[in-house]
Amino acid sequence: MKAESYPCPLPGGAAASEYALAFDAGREKRVLIAPALFEEGHKLRRFTVEVMRRLDGSGIDCFLPDLPGCNESEQDLALIEPEDWRMALEAAARHFEASHVLAIRGGGLVLPAKLGGWHYAPVKGSSLLKTMLRARILSAREAGREENVDALMEQGLQLGIELAGFSLSGEMLRQLGTLVAGKQPGITAIEHELVGGGPLWLRAEPDEDASQADALAAIVAVGLNA
Amino acid sequence: MDTTDRKLRAILSDVLGLRPGQADDFTAETGLFGELPELDSMAVAGLLTEMEDRLDIVIDEDEIDGELFETYGSLLKFARSKRDKA
Repeated sequence: MKAESYPCPLPGGAAASEYALAFDAGREKRVLIAPALFEEGHKLRRFTVEVMRRLDGSGIDCFLPDLPGCNESEQDLALIEPEDWRMALEAAARHFEASHVLAIRGGGLVLPAKLGGWHYAPVKGSSLLKTMLRARILSAREAGREENVDALMEQGLQLGIELAGFSLSGEMLRQLGTLVAGKQPGITAIEHELVGGGPLWLRAEPDEDASQADALAAIVAVGLNA
Repeated sequence: MDTTDRKLRAILSDVLGLRPGQADDFTAETGLFGELPELDSMAVAGLLTEMEDRLDIVIDEDEIDGELFETYGSLLKFARSKRDKA
């Protein structure tokens, strides 16, 4: 496993170097990972890397890029919209010469075009957004403030908003609510039931599950060797 | 145990990372929010969204208050009343 980087296009035409975790032995099968988004990205990062270790062990190169505004990225998330993430994944796919993509949860909402592959546990953008809005309303309530979805959305669409610790642009807010997976040919959905166990993105405390990582890696490895 | 009860225990198991069968010990008086420090606002928000998906209900933010999560019994009662209306 190596720390690598890739040239990531930024809004306005600039470019930045973004970090990527790579298992690269110059092999033919090269899987780009489209990571889960927001809080789920944190909760599933360890699981994602465990899946990558298993893919590596099965003779498959794989790459986990940081999306701009996420993880180690120095970009301001408040200036990012979903299309920027799609372009980042396109750039990472080119840079690492990916042959396939494995998207995790919300990562499948911003897939690079043309790459075939898999989408583990698809989620609608509107569900991600709703959960973050609720988290904000609940924590405001604990602090004695009443907030509601309509007012938060109205304010957020104009000025951007912080939800559950993430600064979202108005454009991010607008687009996230409409994003759905499953429109791209060549992408096979892997429902969580096939992997089994309790979904790790739901865990209140981040956790790991070796049998789930085994299962997901096996599905991808079998698919690649078919 | 009816379907709503079974599904709700399964959802809580997933959120709290319980071993299979562990949630069978929940009674109506089992304390949730407040007694389970891991249930922060993000975890509760995820729990609500998952309840909507798995129980085929729609939860309005106005319906969510502290009492709802006080005990397993109060959450189950809420889930049943939503499913009766659905």
